Amino acid sequence: MATAENKPIIEIRNLHKYFGDVQALRGVDLSVERGKVVVIVGPSGSGKSTLLRCINHLEVETEGEVWVDGKRLNEKNKDINSIRAEIGMVFQLFNLFPHLTVLDNIVLAQRVVRGRSKQEAIQTAHEQLKRVGIAEKADSFPAQLSGGQQQRVAIARALAMNPKIMLFDEPTSALDPEMIKEVLDVMLALAKEGMTMVCVTHEMGFARAAADEVIFMDHGLIVEKGTPQTLFNNPQEERTKLFLSQILHH
Amino acid sequence: MTHSTDIDPSKVSASTAVQGRKKTLQERIDEFPWWVGGIFVIAIGAFYLVTTQSSFGEALAFIRIGIGITITTTLYAYGIALVLGLVAGLGRISRNVVIRNVATLYVELVRGIPILVLIFYIALVAVPDSLGLFKAVGDWLTSVGLGFIGGPLAGINNDSISLNVRAIIALSVTYGAFLAEIFRAGIESIGKGQMEAARSLGMSYAQAMRYVVLPQAIRNVLPALGNDFVAMVKDSSLVSMLAVRDITQVARLYAGRTFRFREAYTILAILYLGMTLVLSVLVRILEKRLHGNSRK
Repeated sequence: MATAENKPIIEIRNLHKYFGDVQALRGVDLSVERGKVVVIVGPSGSGKSTLLRCINHLEVETEGEVWVDGKRLNEKNKDINSIRAEIGMVFQLFNLFPHLTVLDNIVLAQRVVRGRSKQEAIQTAHEQLKRVGIAEKADSFPAQLSGGQQQRVAIARALAMNPKIMLFDEPTSALDPEMIKEVLDVMLALAKEGMTMVCVTHEMGFARAAADEVIFMDHGLIVEKGTPQTLFNNPQEERTKLFLSQILHH
Repeated sequence: MTHSTDIDPSKVSASTAVQGRKKTLQERIDEFPWWVGGIFVIAIGAFYLVTTQSSFGEALAFIRIGIGITITTTLYAYGIALVLGLVAGLGRISRNVVIRNVATLYVELVRGIPILVLIFYIALVAVPDSLGLFKAVGDWLTSVGLGFIGGPLAGINNDSISLNVRAIIALSVTYGAFLAEIFRAGIESIGKGQMEAARSLGMSYAQAMRYVVLPQAIRNVLPALGNDFVAMVKDSSLVSMLAVRDITQVARLYAGRTFRFREAYTILAILYLGMTLVLSVLVRILEKRLHGNSRK
C-alpha cells in the first residue's frame, strides 16, 4: 500500500500559467520525492521562477494541478497559510523585514503563524542563526549586514518554521562574488541533512555537488532532466547543449 | 524594503563623510534658516502689542477662550480621521471589488467637494437626515411592539447631536479621505517582496499587513500625516461657520461686538501661527526619532 511517506512530496501535473497574454508555463509535470534536491536551470524567461512560485502559490496556476504533501493547492483553500508554513522560501533579493532586527525577523512568523511562545521562538531563532553561522548578528538590523549575511538570515528565517520543503529562487544572483560561497555552503549543508529542496540557480558547482536531479527548462517547458552527471556531461537536446555551452564556457 | 539591501556599507560611510566636511562661509549663509528670524520678529512684536496695548491684551484674553475648542475639535477629528483613513486606504487596495469601489467612491466624492461645502452638508443635511432615519426606525419598532429597542431610538431628534460633534464628524469624514490616500501611497511604497516574504512564511494577508507592511508604510508616511495634522488645525477654523466657538468664531464675535478688527484678527492669526509652528517642530522631532531608532 502506498503510504503518504513514499509518495512524492511535490506533485505537479500539466501546469500552465499565463501572465495576461504571455504564457510563462505551457504544461509542466514534475514530481519531487522526499529528501531529494532538485535544481532547475534555464535561460531567463524560461519559466523556472514561475514554476517555483507556483509550488507555494505565490503564483496561481492558470491550468493544471499542484499537490504538496498530499494537499491540492487551491485559491479557495483556507489551508493555504498552513501549507505555506511547511514550505520555506528564499528570494533573490532576500526580502528581510527592514524594520525588525535579525532576531525579530526570525521570531515573527514563529509567533504569529506557529503560535510558539516568545521564549521558544527566540531560542529557535538563535539556534538557526548559529546553524547559518551568524549567531552574533541577532540584534543587528538587516541594512547593517552584507548581502551574504542577509541571505543567510533569510534562510534561517525560513528554517525556523521547520519546513518540510525549501524553495530557493536564485538565492545567489544578487550577491557579490565573494559572498556566494557562504550562502552555497549553508545550502549544501542543508542538502546533506536531507532537506527536500527545489532550487533555481545558475551555480553549476552547487548542482553537481548537491542535486539528485537537474531540470533544464526553456520557453515554459521542461526540455530535459537527469542526474547532474548525465545532464551536464551528456546532454541530449540541442537547446540544453547550447545553454550549457553559454553558461559554462566563459 | 528590498532596495535598501543593495546599499554597500562602504559607500554609505563615504557619503556621510562628504556631509561631515566643513562648510564654507558662503554655504553657511545660503543654508541658514533666515526665515526663523522673521518668525522671531513677529513673536516679539506680538508680545510687545499684547503687553503694552491694552486693546490687544483684551482681545487675547477674550479670544483665547476658544483655544480649548479648537484643540479638542482637531484632536478628536484627527483621531477619527486616522481610523477612517486607514480603513479606506486598505479598502482602496483591496482585491474585493465592492470594498475597493466603495472606498474609491468615498475618496473621490470628498476630494471633489470644497471642505466648507462638505462641512455644511454633513452637519446640516447628512446628520439630520440620519437622525430622522433612526427616529423613523425607532417609531416603527415601537409600533410593532419592540419598544425596548425602539423607545430610545424614537426619542432621537435634531438636537441629539450638538453642532460641536457635527463639526468633528464633518472634519473627520473630510480628512479621512485625505489620509486614505496617504495610507494607500504608503502601503504601495513598500515593495511587493515584503508581502510575498510574509505570505511565504504562512502569514495571512491581514497578519502580513499588520506586522510587516503597515509598520514600514506608516513610518514612510509619517511626515505626510504630520503635515495633514497641521493642515487640519488650520481647516478647523471652518467649523466657525457652524457657530462652534473655536478661536475663529470667538474672534469674529469679538470683532463684531467691539469693531476692533485689527486687534481681533491679528491675535487670531498669531494664535494659529503659534500652534502650527509648535506642531511642525514636534512633527520634525518625532520623524527624526523614528528614523534614528530603526534604520541605524
